[in-house]
Amino acid sequence: MIPIKLIEETAEKLMDKAAIEIPEDYLDGLKTTASVEDGDLSSFVLQAMLENYEAAKEDRRAMCGDTGCPRWYVKMGNEARIEGGPVALEAALRRATAQATHDIPLRPNRVHPLWRTDHDNNVGIGAPEIEYGFEPDGEWVDLIAVHKGGLFGTDYRMLFPSDGIAGIKRFFLDSLVAFGKRGLACQPAIIGIGLGGSKDACMVLGKRAACLRTVGSRNSDPRIAALEDEFKELGNSIGMGAMGFVGKSMVVDCNIEVGYCHTGGMQMSVHAFCLSSRRAVARLHADGRVEFRTDPDWFTDYQRRETVEWNPPQNQSKSA
Amino acid sequence: MESSAKPKQIRLSTTPSVEDLAKLKLGDIVYLDGLIYTAREGVYMRACEEGVALPMDLPAESAANFHCSPAATVNEDGSFKMGAVTATASFRFAKWIGEWFRLSGARLIIGKGGMTSRDYKTHFVPNNAIYLTTVGYGTGALLGRGIKSVKTLHWRKELGLAQAMWVIEAENMGPFIVESDRDGNSLFERENAKIAKNLERVYEGTKPAVLKRFGETDDRSDEVIG
Repeated sequence: MIPIKLIEETAEKLMDKAAIEIPEDYLDGLKTTASVEDGDLSSFVLQAMLENYEAAKEDRRAMCGDTGCPRWYVKMGNEARIEGGPVALEAALRRATAQATHDIPLRPNRVHPLWRTDHDNNVGIGAPEIEYGFEPDGEWVDLIAVHKGGLFGTDYRMLFPSDGIAGIKRFFLDSLVAFGKRGLACQPAIIGIGLGGSKDACMVLGKRAACLRTVGSRNSDPRIAALEDEFKELGNSIGMGAMGFVGKSMVVDCNIEVGYCHTGGMQMSVHAFCLSSRRAVARLHADGRVEFRTDPDWFTDYQRRETVEWNPPQNQSKSA
Repeated sequence: MESSAKPKQIRLSTTPSVEDLAKLKLGDIVYLDGLIYTAREGVYMRACEEGVALPMDLPAESAANFHCSPAATVNEDGSFKMGAVTATASFRFAKWIGEWFRLSGARLIIGKGGMTSRDYKTHFVPNNAIYLTTVGYGTGALLGRGIKSVKTLHWRKELGLAQAMWVIEAENMGPFIVESDRDGNSLFERENAKIAKNLERVYEGTKPAVLKRFGETDDRSDEVIG
């Protein structure tokens, strides 16, 4: 049984880490990007960002003034038990979000869409989002805090099988060029692409591809992994760098996730996880141990499971 | 690769003279000293549309308007805690900016992403104002270091923490980049024009989507900010 107090305390620490400490994989990726950038202004921007991450850690202040929208991903081993159950878990995550918003401080970004009511704590209707995943074994719970920034850099389009890879490339470039100008996408970014599913599932896949996979990771399907490499290079060949200045720093990495879709369609979404790619992870064990890390390790074989253990009915298999 | 031409760095007052501003060139790096206030849609609507009198003496106290909501909180004793500050995208505020210049006498608009050169020529040039863009985006911690103190907070009750008018004392606060000059030129538009030349080659081998969208264009000199 995992104590609810431990969940709340850990969640507050994760909010703090996510806001202040840039994940090592993104930092390494950005340093590599900066090392090959030859645009004067784009280079200046990248150096300023690298200094900014240091300043944030030294001062223990948020790396970006727009601290984004805090959201939670919860993954549970099949044997995990939480004191008070899932309702207590959600209440603890909401309390931790409010407390951390005040203590760090974070910007109280969350408001009612129509009445603009602001509780000054990043909690409200449907906020923070809490999403769930499960794994076959284990008594642990993974808490993943993501502070997702940005009103720009995300788009969705219904493509069709006849659009093919050429159409996917086109929409990828359109998204980067449209939102890369003036640096609205806060690039160089981790670009997440969702393919398939339905419209909502496609958006979820793309967002998770951006936020829950690390720089340097590759999809377990080698043909998708090859596309990830190709798209990263394509994005960096646009001629655009940080803030939309001349350069070649658009994409720190490109992550693609897929889901089965309607036979007639090929949904596509593009998401930019920005220069403040903020995520922090902790695994809470039943014996009270807490291990912090920055790799969500979300997309396991189980999450990408492709089929089902199932014996087709006899008559159907005969006629097949 | 090391950059060949390091941008020029300049210290500037937040109540700059016309001569100070005339010296600035597109792409120069600026650090600010003096009072800065935040104002975005909440303040603009209240001042420009509802006609509520400004709560501070502008531009005497400050001629620097920051498009920003800080990551900040008010302590129980009424003091302020401000961590990081970062700009929000300015193009959304173009509809109020002419009236805002008339009311505030601002000479520095600080934000994210700039406005169009059309806005600069129409509203900024006649008011001796220029646009400074934040860097990154997201050098919030560096900018936070440049805040010597939070002076006061206006319209907190009416507008909430994110939209309220924060008055901060800046000391060597930056970096910012000069995005518009005294003639109303835009650095972003200059860069866009250079990049546009390469786009045709990058798009080779792609094809337009089978299903179109209303209002769609393949003119890649277009911008989403209008």
